[in-house]
This record gives sequence, C-alpha cells and structure tokens, in this order.
Amino acid sequence: MSSETQTQKSALPSLPKARTGIVGLDEISEGGLPKGRPTLICGAAGSGKTLFSMEFLVHGALKFNEPGVFMAFEEKAEELTMNVASLGFDLQQLQQDKLIKLDHVHVERSEIEETGEYDLEGLFIRLGYAIDTLGAKRVVLDTIESLFSGLTNMAILRAELRRLFDWLKEKGVTTIITGEKGEGSLTRQGLEEYVSDCVILLDHRVVNKISTRILRIVKYRGSVHGTNEYPFLIDEEGISVLPVTSLTLKHQVSSQLISTGIPSLDSMLDGKGFYRGGSILVSGSAGTGKTSIAGSFAHSTCQNGERCLYLAFEESPGQIIRNMNSIGMDLQTHIDKGLLRFQASRPTLHGLEMHLLSFIKQVDDFKPSVVILDPITNLVTVGSVSEVKNLLIRLIDFLQNSQITVMFTALTLMNSPSEQTDENVSSLVDTWLMVRDIETNGERNRGMYVMKSRGMKHSNQIREFVISEEGLRLVDVFLGPSGVLTGSSREAQQLLERTGEVLWDHALSRKDREIERKKMVLEAKISSLKEEFESMQDELNRAYIEEELRKEVQEKNREEMTRKRDSSK
Amino acid sequence: MKNNDDIWELRLYVAGKTPKSVTALKNLRQYCEEHLKDKYVIEVVDLLVHPQLAEGDQILAIPTLVKKVPEPIRKIIGDLSNEEKVLVGLNIRPAKKIE
Repeated sequence: MSSETQTQKSALPSLPKARTGIVGLDEISEGGLPKGRPTLICGAAGSGKTLFSMEFLVHGALKFNEPGVFMAFEEKAEELTMNVASLGFDLQQLQQDKLIKLDHVHVERSEIEETGEYDLEGLFIRLGYAIDTLGAKRVVLDTIESLFSGLTNMAILRAELRRLFDWLKEKGVTTIITGEKGEGSLTRQGLEEYVSDCVILLDHRVVNKISTRILRIVKYRGSVHGTNEYPFLIDEEGISVLPVTSLTLKHQVSSQLISTGIPSLDSMLDGKGFYRGGSILVSGSAGTGKTSIAGSFAHSTCQNGERCLYLAFEESPGQIIRNMNSIGMDLQTHIDKGLLRFQASRPTLHGLEMHLLSFIKQVDDFKPSVVILDPITNLVTVGSVSEVKNLLIRLIDFLQNSQITVMFTALTLMNSPSEQTDENVSSLVDTWLMVRDIETNGERNRGMYVMKSRGMKHSNQIREFVISEEGLRLVDVFLGPSGVLTGSSREAQQLLERTGEVLWDHALSRKDREIERKKMVLEAKISSLKEEFESMQDELNRAYIEEELRKEVQEKNREEMTRKRDSSK
Repeated sequence: MKNNDDIWELRLYVAGKTPKSVTALKNLRQYCEEHLKDKYVIEVVDLLVHPQLAEGDQILAIPTLVKKVPEPIRKIIGDLSNEEKVLVGLNIRPAKKIE
C-alpha cells in the first residue's frame, strides 16, 4: 500500500485490523482480520481451518506482539503441538514463553448427564482466565460446533454462544471461530448467524485428480476486500495465499534491453533485443525450433554473466544440453559456473498452484535475471486454460516486480488459422515471436516474425530462420515472382541473382569503353577547330597591322612633303 | 458389584451464588443424605475464586457435578432438579438395586 492512500485513510477512522501474517491474505483483506471482532473460518474437513487459525495465533505472538489463546474442542494439545511442529512452530516453547496458551476442551457425551437448567459460565471463566493471564489479544475457538454434539439442550447452547461472541467482542480480542461446512449453509450449526463481521470460506477442490485449495472472503463488514476465489497452498512453510493478480499494475519498468542471443533477431527488435523485465512468448508448431530459441537466449544470458533459470516440462536437462550442443552452444559450462539452473519436472507432478509456488521458490532461491518456461502448453494437462492463464498472469506479475525477464514457449496447433496460442496468453506478453512452417516445393522451412513487441520499433518482415551447427540465424526472405522464397528456392534465386550481377557488370564495362572512345574522337575534333580558329585570328591581325603601318608611313610622307615645301619658300 | 465401603467424592463447580448453583447444591445435599448417608464428601469449587481449576476437570457448564470416585468419572450438569437422572449418573440407583 502506498503512503498516499494510507494518509488518505487515516483522515477517516477506518476499521482497525489485526494482521494475520499469512502470506498474501493480508493483501487481499487489505490489512488482516477485523481487530477485536470475531471472524468465522468455515470449510469442509481437511480444508486447513485449524492450520489457518494456528498460523494466525503464532504469527500474532511472534510478529505482532499479540499473545493468543487456542481453545481446541477437537484435538488434544499434544496432538496440535505435533501437527504444527512440521511447520516449524514450537508450541511448547511458545507456551513456556507465555505467548500462546493451548486449552483442550473435551466434551464427551457419555460422561455427561444433563439435568435441569445450566449455562456455559465455566467455559467463559476458563477462556477469560486464559486471556487474562496471557494478556491475549487473539483467540481461536476450534471447532466450537463440537459442543453441539456433546450437549443436547440446543436452546441453552445457542443462547450461550450468542452471549459468548458478544462477550469476546467486549473483551476486545480478535477471535477466529472455525466451523465445519454444512449442507446448503456455511456451517452445520448456522454459526454464521452469530458471527457477522467477517466470514472466510476455505475449500478444497479436486479437478482432474489434482487438488487445489481455495480461499474466499465471503463477507467482510466495513472493509474493502478481494472477492475472488484465491488459491492457496499449505506446505512446509504454512499457508500462502496467492492473489490471482495484485490489484494494481504498478511495477517498475526498465528501458534496458538485453540481447536475444541471435544477432539477426536483435536487429529485428530495434537492433537491441528484449526489454529487461519483459515477458516474451515464442510460439510455433512442433519442431520449429522454439526450444532452440529459448536455449540460445539462456546461452547469451549466461555469457553476459547473468543467471538463468530454465524450467523444462518436456525434456530432461541432459537432453536439452545435448541438443543445444549440436547447434554449437555449450550449456554445461554455464551450469558448472552456477549461472544456469535447470528445473525439469512433468507438469502432472503436482497441481498448478504447487507449480507456481515451486517457481517462485526457485526464483527466490536462485535470483535469476532470466526465467524460461519450456513449454507452457503442457501445463494445460493439469489445469484448465483459464487456470493456466491465471498462473501465468501471476507469474508474470511476480517476475516483473523483481525485474526478471521471462520467456515462454508455446506449441500452437498445426496450421491452425488463428495465431492464438492455446493458453490465450499472447495478450499478456510484451514480445511475441512466432515461428512457423513454410512448406513449398516439397520442403519445409522455418519462418520467423515478430508479432508484437511493445514499446519498440520492430521489423514487420518474415525472416527465414535457419538452425545450423553454428547456431541460429535469420536470413532475409527473398521475394520472387512467385512470392516468398525460402530454403533451396531461396538459394536458387540467390544464384540467379548473382549470375545476373556478373552479366550486368560486364555490360557496364563495355558501355564505359564506348563512351571513352567517343570522348577521344570529340576531343580530337575540338583541338583541330581550335587551331583553325587561331590561324584565322592571325590572318585578321596581320591585315590590321599592315593597315596601321601604311597609315603611319603616309602621314610621315605628308609631313616630309610639307616641310620640304616650306623650306623652299 | 459395588463395594459398600466406597466413599463418593463429589465436587460441585459453581460460579458465584447464582440461583442455579444454590438449587444444585441444595438438591445434591438432599440426595446424598437420602441415599449415601456418611458415605460422601462434597467439595464446592467456586470458579470465580479459582478460575484455574476449570481446566482440570474440563468444566464448561455451570453448575457441574463431578463424581471422581468411585470410577467411572461422571459429570452431571444443570441444577440437578431431576432426581432420577442424578442418581443414575452417580451410580447410586443400580448399586441399590443389587443390595
């Protein structure tokens, strides 16, 4: 929750809440259970009610400094201690430290005879005493419905229960009351009548022989809460609720790009590759090289010194390593260096929720910067399409929050007209690469294109995708008269064009020589014309000078004559 | 079957002097005087004074009468207004029949 919304909320007095400390639950209930009020947890046998309440108490005692009283009507204190020891809760120690008090209330019908009027003051006193000695803030009554089987006077019992819940509210303790799910009602004895503040339903569903636990907040008076069914898990760390999606999309984004491991593919993606923290889907029909693309991405990630987690559902790690070796990628060295980790399991090993949890645990443990799931298609065998989609949404959410890049591969049905993948995840991913068969002239080639890539210029071209001993490479597709050419027809076209080039070159040089010759002829002509022009100019000049000279001589002669005439005078 | 030397150890749990508790104690005294003369001990435990004692005998309801000896342990809850039920519960009725 951001500080902004918190300050907004504190302006109005809002319902105080007691945090449960159960992973994910505090998130969907916006802070926990209603503080100082009773909450009903109902569900069928084995749905995790007792464990849920026990976690609430233990977390309260250890994390939130709220001691608690556990009143067990079904299990003995020793049994409870033993049962939760597997989760690492040391109830004995907690009892010694006066943080938790276990009280087993044993109601045995055969030992009890009822005669006349009575009330349950004894229970009140017992509980009150336990609460007061510990200063308890939390109380669990598990399962108070057992009283109904031990005592016969329903009228007294119901009146007393109502009084008990009012009394607990007055005491200001946060209470969990568990109840067995009944036919057509939330609890067998209609406890929901008495507890009206918060009701949480736990369920346990088996679909296709694989079970999923589900939690739903049926009612939460005075508070916003998630209303969905949330799958949850019980494992050696207790209960974890996995919200389908976090309610908002607020994760950090990175503009850093990381290489795909195939330089020519990088160039299709704005010359750089995928965004860090993005999600990439590689889909295609069988045998189009999806795993090779994934392997090459893993290879390049490890070469850059980053960690990569490879979750394989179809092939064993050994198989992938061998196969990638055949196309020139040595993954074993990365494993030896601790940069690459394989986690191979059949999808049917456990349900989707367990898968998700094991992914998340692996990621938390290994801290990779890239996660690869190869292929997600197989997950459909253990869940419905929408469940797989949910799982992937949550996984993407989780990974994006940690700035981890994730690549999925998915098998599309052979030549299906739509490019939609079975899992309907294409809308979730940031980058979608499509590999498909191009079958022409009796051979099968692979074509690859970028269906989408959010936030970057990407090529609109279909490239031929070649897997060779040197690795993966994309080749420009040739456009011939009969359309797109791939494989050997592309090579034929290439040869054809090369021949053409040579011929063209030849033709070009012949033309050059011709022009050169013409130029020489013309130049010769120009020089002869120039000489002719010069001789004509000379001729003109000579005539002019002669005329000048003649004029001069005549003038002299005239002067001479004049002088002679004068002297003779 | 029953040894006549048995002493009935009875413990009555109450919470303060409520009408129900007072009735229960009165009824109990009466039955004991009638059927178990000199063979019984009644201990009255007020849980308001000793709340920690509630856990030991698994007390829920008030008033509760607990018969610890002779075996088996039996609990009778309520104001003990039904004499028949109390006597059966305390194993007094069958014992009497054998005699």
